[in-house]
Amino acid sequence: MKYVDEFRDPELISGVLRELGRTVDPARRYRIMEVCGGHTHSIYRHGLRDVLPANIELVHGPGCPVCVLPTGRVDDGLTIADHDDVILTCFGDMMRVPGTRGTPLELKARGADIRMVYSPLDALRIAIEHPAKRVCFFAIGFETTAPSTALTILRAQAEGVTNFSVFSNHVTIVPAMRAILDSPDMRIDGFVGPGHVSSITGCRPYEFIARDYGKPVVVAGFEPLDIIEAILMILRQLHAGEARVENQYKRIVPWDGNLPALRALARVFELRPYFEWRGLGFISQSALALKSEFAGFDAERLFDVAGLRVTDPRGAQCGEVLKGVLKPPQCKLFGTECNPEHPVGALMVSSEGACAAHYRYSLHAQEVPAAP
Amino acid sequence: MCLAIPGQIVAFSAELPFMARVDVGGVQRNVNVGLLEEGEVKTGDWVLIHVGFALSKIDEAEAQNQLRMLRAMGEDALALEEVLGYRFAETAAGADEIRR
Repeated sequence: MKYVDEFRDPELISGVLRELGRTVDPARRYRIMEVCGGHTHSIYRHGLRDVLPANIELVHGPGCPVCVLPTGRVDDGLTIADHDDVILTCFGDMMRVPGTRGTPLELKARGADIRMVYSPLDALRIAIEHPAKRVCFFAIGFETTAPSTALTILRAQAEGVTNFSVFSNHVTIVPAMRAILDSPDMRIDGFVGPGHVSSITGCRPYEFIARDYGKPVVVAGFEPLDIIEAILMILRQLHAGEARVENQYKRIVPWDGNLPALRALARVFELRPYFEWRGLGFISQSALALKSEFAGFDAERLFDVAGLRVTDPRGAQCGEVLKGVLKPPQCKLFGTECNPEHPVGALMVSSEGACAAHYRYSLHAQEVPAAP
Repeated sequence: MCLAIPGQIVAFSAELPFMARVDVGGVQRNVNVGLLEEGEVKTGDWVLIHVGFALSKIDEAEAQNQLRMLRAMGEDALALEEVLGYRFAETAAGADEIRR
């Protein structure tokens, strides 16, 4: 319980943990997926796996934007930076994600004009400041981030900016959860639903999971107490034979979501027929493309984007780890060829990636579990 | 990636009402509040900021929760770095207005 002590009200946490201990059925085995990478980070950071009953297994979900981006899309995006008149902009997380020719950072070192920004609005600002250049924003992220891209495109339109475009890799979490539920090698008893994504989408999109698949979903905050409470709520539902969507994070997440943000998304984006996810393959209607009305801002229409498909680096088992079939240390490259200094796969890049979190917080603490 | 940073609104741009000046731990930057309902926030209110946009209005107690959480997650420096990194102002005029 290395890190929990720093936290809000350790007494309260102990109380909830005791309650969890009383509630858990020792004869049962629970597999609970935390969908969001922020939760994965918090779980590792605070050593939560060490304080949970041993028969509760946490499966790390697909909610880490750079982790689910397939190498082909990274390569596609980076070819845009090959044009002499292009400034490619992306978030810091993206800068260290390896493509076939290297990471954005490495390409930058070789002369490509690739710049890190903290906001899509900064990419737009760069476009306004460099009228002779074409400025492209390599957009990644779930519903938390996509509305910001949408509003930025609307601003660009309102300001009459013509040298700004977006390479959209925005994805939506619910189809990925459905793909996981439909996957034959997947056995999940319940979901800890994402916190910030749900502040945009609300809780309704998860209702089919409870209704059609009979699995509880509890939307949760990021503190240890939030996560433990959510697990307790899932267990209570399971024991009562119920499956509902519950909201543990009411202080941030409205049941119906953020309506202005949802309106902005609907105004600018439409669902792609399908999109490739690392580890999960092609998932229908799981990603956002710019509507044809905004074709002038759509990098996929403005540049010759090949639509590459690239298999994961030899030996890397990112896909299996992403699906929760393998634990990070069970990957052949984990900790040796693939480490945070030299990531082979994206799960080792982001602090929200299961491999980076595992490497950082529990490499020496945890035994390597046997493959299932 | 989904870092959400609490900040307090100190002023609005007269020209661009969706742009607010927000104080995050003593650092002030422009933030776009266009993802909130019109009139939802006023000066003195707290918001959660993500990639330069206010995602939701929160109360002060929750803002303190979120700040403590950032510290406990070891992400407080990263959050400040991000806010310091916001260079945008939607138009020069809007930026000047907000700085006054």
